[in-house]
Amino acid sequence: MTVVAKPLPPVLEVEGLCIAYRDGHAERRAVHDVSFRINPGEVVALVGESGSGKTTTAQSIIGLLAANGRVESGSIKLNGTDIARWSDRQLDTVRGVKISLVPQDPGSSLNPIKTIGSQIGEIFRIHGALHSEEIEGRVLSLLARVGLSEPALRARQYPHELSGGMRQRVLIAIAIALKPQLIIADEPTSALDVTVQKRILDLIDELRAEYGTSVLLVTHDLGVAADRADRLVVLQKGRIQEQDAAGVILAAPRSAYTRQLLADAPSFTAPVKRPIRSPGVGVQDDVVVVEGLVREFPRDDGRGRLCAVNDLSFRVRRGTTHAIVGESGSGKTTTIRNIVGFDKPTAGRIEIDGIEVSGLKGEDLRQFRRKIQLVYQNPYGSLDPRQSVLQIVTEPLLNFSRLARADREEKVRTILSRVGLPEDALLRRPHALSGGQRQRVAIARALVLDPQVVVLDEAVSALDVSVQARILDLLAELQSDLGLTYLFVSHDLAVVRQISDTVSVLKDGRLVEGGVVSEIFEAPSSEYTCELINAIPGRTRRAAA
Amino acid sequence: MSAYLLNRAAQALFVLWAAFTISFVLLQAMPGDAVLIKFQNPDLGLTAAQVAEIRSSYAVDSPVVVQYLRTIGNFLTGNFGYSVQAGVPVGSLLAAHLPATLMLATLGFLLASVLAVIIAFLSSLTPLAWLRGALQSIPSLFISIPTFWLGIMLIQIFSFRLKLVPVINPGPWQELILPVLTLAVPISAPLAQVLVRNIDDAMTRPFVAVARAKGASRFWVLSRHVAKNALLPTLTIAGVLLGELIAGAVVTETVFGLNGIGGLTERAVGSQDAAVLQAIVVLSALGFVIINLAVDLLYPVLDPRLRTKAGAAA
Repeated sequence: MTVVAKPLPPVLEVEGLCIAYRDGHAERRAVHDVSFRINPGEVVALVGESGSGKTTTAQSIIGLLAANGRVESGSIKLNGTDIARWSDRQLDTVRGVKISLVPQDPGSSLNPIKTIGSQIGEIFRIHGALHSEEIEGRVLSLLARVGLSEPALRARQYPHELSGGMRQRVLIAIAIALKPQLIIADEPTSALDVTVQKRILDLIDELRAEYGTSVLLVTHDLGVAADRADRLVVLQKGRIQEQDAAGVILAAPRSAYTRQLLADAPSFTAPVKRPIRSPGVGVQDDVVVVEGLVREFPRDDGRGRLCAVNDLSFRVRRGTTHAIVGESGSGKTTTIRNIVGFDKPTAGRIEIDGIEVSGLKGEDLRQFRRKIQLVYQNPYGSLDPRQSVLQIVTEPLLNFSRLARADREEKVRTILSRVGLPEDALLRRPHALSGGQRQRVAIARALVLDPQVVVLDEAVSALDVSVQARILDLLAELQSDLGLTYLFVSHDLAVVRQISDTVSVLKDGRLVEGGVVSEIFEAPSSEYTCELINAIPGRTRRAAA
Repeated sequence: MSAYLLNRAAQALFVLWAAFTISFVLLQAMPGDAVLIKFQNPDLGLTAAQVAEIRSSYAVDSPVVVQYLRTIGNFLTGNFGYSVQAGVPVGSLLAAHLPATLMLATLGFLLASVLAVIIAFLSSLTPLAWLRGALQSIPSLFISIPTFWLGIMLIQIFSFRLKLVPVINPGPWQELILPVLTLAVPISAPLAQVLVRNIDDAMTRPFVAVARAKGASRFWVLSRHVAKNALLPTLTIAGVLLGELIAGAVVTETVFGLNGIGGLTERAVGSQDAAVLQAIVVLSALGFVIINLAVDLLYPVLDPRLRTKAGAAA
């Protein structure tokens, strides 16, 4: 008699789910008729950009919708029981036990004033799962299991004493503590460096295999989803565009939206063949020259000095893009602060368009800022919320030029239309703009002074891939039209490969390697660069392609 | 850490000196003085020469700078001068009046804190929107009630109507019930307001979602995660509220006829008893400085992030 393996019932079955948010007196529906299922041991990825409803869907499964959100219709079945309308008290018996959460931002997801050990131990105390004497032992073994060295020390430490990657490991330890059937991982690595991201995702994979837990991976990054998920559910504006096995969708996406997402994701696009514009010999037109840059800070504990940047040198040819790549703590921010003159180097020389920066003071330094402008990572934080777009872009002109009022406005309008902002956006304030529009405003503000060099400090990192692709197109266009030189600071190697000519890879304040981007990507000479390149998500898809 | 302490102590001394000097200048700038007010009364029938003699015996006729230096010297040695009106050393006046006020202020502050915590916790835990709204409007109501009116109303209702608290010959504790309540109500208002806002802020922090995802109930999250985080910013306002407490004590003691610093201040102002006022100002400043120093030292105890910073600065 042959036994046919009976398919196990799904762990989670979502059917016809509609979720609305109350907004004043009106209700706005954020999730429309979403249905999908997760089988035991399976990884399902909810993929979509901001506003796609992916986080709302995930929150509703664990019963943690914002106070103004409510499930309108549909069911969320956990092992066949509909929990969509359960009370908090009922859900408390499921949360942490059957379903657990790995949150997005490890920085703020741990209580800052409680020790790591007590925050892990808490889940056993809440559910009365262990005797109090047993808890400490379990906490230590969990800490060791998620790969933290010196578990006993970690258990006594507070969150601020741990790095982002370590904190995410602690949160994973909490999520697996009671061996739940389903882990919801909500953008678990989007706040982490690429190499850390890879290690964390590997850890989740490993634990899933060990415990047979299912994972609902919520992510905006198709590369991550492609590498880690068995099945993909692609969401746009609260509706499912398509769902299928990951391989099927990546090989032959059916919906136009998925095709667009794939085209925009920098980790999938074939490297652009850029004409090699490396610093040539002979004609020296290097607009940025950094030689032997050293920046030391006194240590917090007053003992010795911390070397943030150690003997860094590179040159950037006019009209090209130079990327500065590195993870947190690599010294990239310190480097650009010195280049734009916000900080003084301990030693070394920086020359921008023939001007030695470190010697500048007062009015000379102020005038120098016309040559080099910054676009920051966070388009929300870098624009004054009380000013209109027009005022924001006009302000630099007021500081530097004596243009007549009409000429000034003419110039601002030209530049704003140049960066692709509609006319009707000019009088709006930043909060009424989308993320991509805000970053366009920031770019316009940088360009209005006709600078030689624009420093793009993680300028596209916070944007959705489709928006990111448009902004990168705009930057390329502006560069070729205006002959701009870009210093592109980023941790995202996929984007770096797409838009830069030359690159400096930094680690712990030192230059690991530098040179022409295509050469370095094809034949990295240092182990660290290899590791960085391997950590770019989306390898499975690239290998298949 | 010790450098930090020294720095804070130096700041505290400066505040005390500034309070002393400013109040000294202001008291000097007032026309007349306590000696004139007491002895110039025509009924006493003193001649101008006799008044001048008394004035010189109190040393109020010497140059201002000399008086200033002498008074500061006396304060440093613990001699607060002589009350012209009462005819006793200021030190013994303070010693007689301080305990009652300290008791009133301490109990008032404790009750205010309890009230504030109850209001904030209930409004955060209730699932009913109307109850939450009602609880959150209590602070605005409390802060708009004048202290003297509240005191009179409490006496009317509890002593005269309900006869719960005797007004004639009350026991030492009975005597305190209504004044403490009167003092606590306006103090609790800003505390509750700040606490409610901080709890709301802390409730939206991601670590709360993580705690809820562990299966913790709202009460568990509020009491074990949110409360302590919300307390940190509230502590700052608690230090500032001491001023309200002193002002409230003056009115409360007058309404209830308590024999404390408040009543003493009121009489000293009436008779321009500069020595008493000077001592009270310095005493209040001392209270402020001590409370705020205590608050500053309490931060690192409650927040480990500040602990390492303070340690690193040493």
